[in-house]
Amino acid sequence: MGKTIAEKIFDTHLVDNPSGDIHVIGLDSVFCHEITTPVAICDLMDRAKDRVFDPNRIKAVIDHVTPAKDSKTAEQGKILRDWARRHNIRDFFDIGRNGVCHALFPEQGFVRPGDTIIMGDSHTCTHGAFGAFAAGVGTTDLEVGILKGVCAFSYPKTIRFEIAGDLPAGVYAKDVILTVVAELGVNGATNKVIEFTGETVDAMSIESRMTLCNMAIEAGATCGICRPDMTTVEYLWPFIKDEFDSKQAALDAYAAFTPDPDAVYDSMISLDVSGLCPKITYGYKPDCVKPVADMAGEKIHQVYIGSCTNGRLEDLRIAASVLDGHTISDAVRGIVSPATPTIYQDALAEGIIDIFMKAGFCVTNPTCGACLGMSNGVLAEGEVCVSTTNRNFNGRMGKGGMVHLASPATAAASAIAGSIANSNRYKK
Amino acid sequence: MESFEGKSLFLNRSDINTDEIIPARYLTEISKQAMGPHLLEDLVLPGFNPTSDVPDKGVLVTRANFGCGSSREHAAWALEVNDINVVIAESFSRIFRQNMFNCGMLAAPLPPETIDHIFETFADRETHVETDLEQNMFVFTAKDRDGKEIREEIPFTLGEFDRELLEAGGWVNYADSRY
Ligand code: SF4
Repeated sequence: MGKTIAEKIFDTHLVDNPSGDIHVIGLDSVFCHEITTPVAICDLMDRAKDRVFDPNRIKAVIDHVTPAKDSKTAEQGKILRDWARRHNIRDFFDIGRNGVCHALFPEQGFVRPGDTIIMGDSHTCTHGAFGAFAAGVGTTDLEVGILKGVCAFSYPKTIRFEIAGDLPAGVYAKDVILTVVAELGVNGATNKVIEFTGETVDAMSIESRMTLCNMAIEAGATCGICRPDMTTVEYLWPFIKDEFDSKQAALDAYAAFTPDPDAVYDSMISLDVSGLCPKITYGYKPDCVKPVADMAGEKIHQVYIGSCTNGRLEDLRIAASVLDGHTISDAVRGIVSPATPTIYQDALAEGIIDIFMKAGFCVTNPTCGACLGMSNGVLAEGEVCVSTTNRNFNGRMGKGGMVHLASPATAAASAIAGSIANSNRYKK
Repeated sequence: MESFEGKSLFLNRSDINTDEIIPARYLTEISKQAMGPHLLEDLVLPGFNPTSDVPDKGVLVTRANFGCGSSREHAAWALEVNDINVVIAESFSRIFRQNMFNCGMLAAPLPPETIDHIFETFADRETHVETDLEQNMFVFTAKDRDGKEIREEIPFTLGEFDRELLEAGGWVNYADSRY
């Protein structure tokens, strides 16, 4: 019987099968940030188990609130920093080198096809874009990951999402994933992996695939996953060129983590995107999705472009192509957070930051900040924000605030208009 | 093992997410105890008032997809420090469910008809729930309008691995003794 990508990864990482379909798998990497890891560190210390399974396979970053905004966030950063030093965790990213974890770690070449990764962060599913099994976990799973390099999961069932058709102008991976989440519902993929496949995905950049996989959790999925292909190899080449004689050799090796033609899926869903229009969320759940056209004209107070969903160079380029030559509405505060220092520098070099600043945007350092309402753009009661992030829960970006999730193009257009707007209004 | 009984809190809505259980603004707390007063603080639900409804409860009964959203184990801890060690729901998000068992707490899914029945029979009454882990049975008791006792036994299923986690007092103890 054929296997899915996730099944192949599980079968090559099995450590124990304590009962039924529970598989304890070995981990290639454990990723850490300063919000969920300090509690794990403190608990390990309380238990007199302050050890790490392998300092080279632990990667850590301070990204959620950076620079620290108060004594409590300073303390969280300090606990992580001290721990990284104490255990010789070389891949630790502090101020000046830090950025949003799910953008930074792939950019550093830490994610490979077939890898198993956990992190105390639900959007860890992003890394599935490389053909890895990457799952968000709670603090206890993280603790055991740090200590033992293992994690327990039920053997994965997979939903196959076959996406076909060319994306129309002004429609992006974000519009596709909002459509997918709306179709599945916030509970539709719970305990399952979503394999994104089809010609549309094949044609996508790694960045766009990350946007797709990033929001798999919004349908409840354990992980989103894309098959590794030449696009994956090209992206990884600077990091793997000493491992393989040629790109083809790398591709052949990674074929071990492509799905078999006779793989068995929990369900198979097809989506034709050739007629798709830009989408945006309403309400407080990410599956409440409408065409932007249906919401056009609704007044907004803030636009946020950034995050692990849409804070990469590709996203900033798209937003800048809409903003170019325009200034944003007086009624709107525009905030852009390039997701990593490299993205920031590249955006500077390409003149993108200049476009944002001329348009009237505030450019922040790379951080999660506003995405989870902790710093750098918290909403006041009753305020409305169009955001390129992934969660519109009540209070997510500030108590009493309303968040509409959309693509960078829609966000940029809405900033110019001062109300929800389709990017075709401005893009040349 | 934790205590798996107490007065029941009923939250009649699906998709209650982790931001509603414990808002992100409290994630800078490093102690579990600090979560205590903020459990369900942002949950907007007709008739629900966190300040008066949360204290002295031991069991939470709710609808589908409880604990969706972020991976924060703070959601389970906020329940734990309020002595709520059992959540009964139609279904759970994967991470929340795992966090509960990892902490040695019980997350029990029941079929939608059973949850409907529990809400119809008990939601408007002061209800006490006991958990029999040997028989895999919840015992719900309340008084009807005439003061007569209503008592119902409701079976649940518990996976072997989940039971071992409860018995070991969570995943750290289990994993450290085995791997
Ligand atoms: S950008 Fe937002 S969603 Fe992504 S890791 Fe940071 S807080 Fe989480």
